[in-house]
Amino acid sequence: MQTSTLREKFNRPLVIAVTGLNAIDSPGPGVAVIRAIRECKDFDVRIIGLSYESLEPGLYMHDIVDKTYQIPYPSGGTDSLFSRLKYIHEEEQLDVIIPNFDAELYNFMKLSSKLKEMGINTFLPEIEQFNARDKMRLSEFGKKYGMFVPKDKIIHEKRELQKLEDDFDYPMVVKGKFYDAVIARSKDQAEKAYEKILAKWGLPIIVQEFIKGTEINIAALGDGTGNVISIIPMRKLYITDKGKAWAGVTLDDDNLIELARKFIEVTKWRGGCELEVMLTSDGKPYIMEVNPRFPAWIYLTAAAGQNQPASLVKMALGEKVEPFTKYEVGKIFIRYAWDLITNIREFQMISANGEL
Amino acid sequence: MRVRKNIATSDEGFLFNPTTGDSFSTNPIGTEIILLMKKDRTSKDIVDAICEKYDVDRALFERDLDDFTLQLKEFSLLE
Repeated sequence: MQTSTLREKFNRPLVIAVTGLNAIDSPGPGVAVIRAIRECKDFDVRIIGLSYESLEPGLYMHDIVDKTYQIPYPSGGTDSLFSRLKYIHEEEQLDVIIPNFDAELYNFMKLSSKLKEMGINTFLPEIEQFNARDKMRLSEFGKKYGMFVPKDKIIHEKRELQKLEDDFDYPMVVKGKFYDAVIARSKDQAEKAYEKILAKWGLPIIVQEFIKGTEINIAALGDGTGNVISIIPMRKLYITDKGKAWAGVTLDDDNLIELARKFIEVTKWRGGCELEVMLTSDGKPYIMEVNPRFPAWIYLTAAAGQNQPASLVKMALGEKVEPFTKYEVGKIFIRYAWDLITNIREFQMISANGEL
Repeated sequence: MRVRKNIATSDEGFLFNPTTGDSFSTNPIGTEIILLMKKDRTSKDIVDAICEKYDVDRALFERDLDDFTLQLKEFSLLE
């Protein structure tokens, strides 16, 4: 049994480092990933938080994160990240790192073989897989594999918006390369959205056809050889003004499961991902975006019976994981806000020393 | 006029469509009608059963049942 294999193999808590501890109104997935991992009875863990900012709430949740280290921003490149990880590894002897931010994944993917040599395991997509689902290539991806994707155009100058009026009707969606999407209902709104996203996320900007329908998200986990380990579709029941799910329910829809299965199979996806789908009234599932990491609502997969983060840990450590075959439909998550109390001493430790 | 197999219904009149994630609640008469539909009863059977149990004008109830059925269809709850 896998249970005894991992326990026998390590005979100590696994040391797992996790990023994305910003459990805020537009949350990172880290805290949910840790919650799912901690719930797995097949191994014990020591959790190392990797943070970018001093006020990421996960840092101060001491029953979730055992110790936190600040790491350099992704824009700092792989060298500074590697030297920081090397130091953390010397202190903590990491077994696995689970990065959870889109913007940091590229650096971690590039470092994965160097990390492996040091004894740190990751379970990330290949750079080729990562690029194929990129927002800027989604249209190409949809055509290649016969999947519904919205028509889009990548633009680098504001004046290109004018030309788009021949091909796109209003409303249209103006998106940043990493994050943010604004629905623009007029030329004026489209220009404002362009400026706003440019200032925050830089170029290029993606303009996408607006698809009306029901928002469905699918959390999926692939083993990297085309096998699907888990697929959980979720309908957003309550959406924040940032478009994030504040409540959601697991669904039973074979079409959605097939869609995710096809995605994992054709890309041979390794690791977790989230498909953002718009289901039109005539039942066409449009893939709006593919996030190359677990979503913030990932704990729902564990609650529904398919613990995706724990399965990823096992696969990262070389264990064979059998695909899940069932999950609980109608399982609901409702997010909530909580005022966590800490003191200035802790804040000072992470701010000044980069460790907590 | 059959309620789709995967629709979860409770005795309290709560319906959950696991394909779409939609949920609905009905009043006690709606609940009774849905429970009859789940037993594969025809429209005529439902009208007979309700008119026998309650003091209601048959023609009026038939119209109400048609409206209710239409709503259930719109919400993709019927096969």
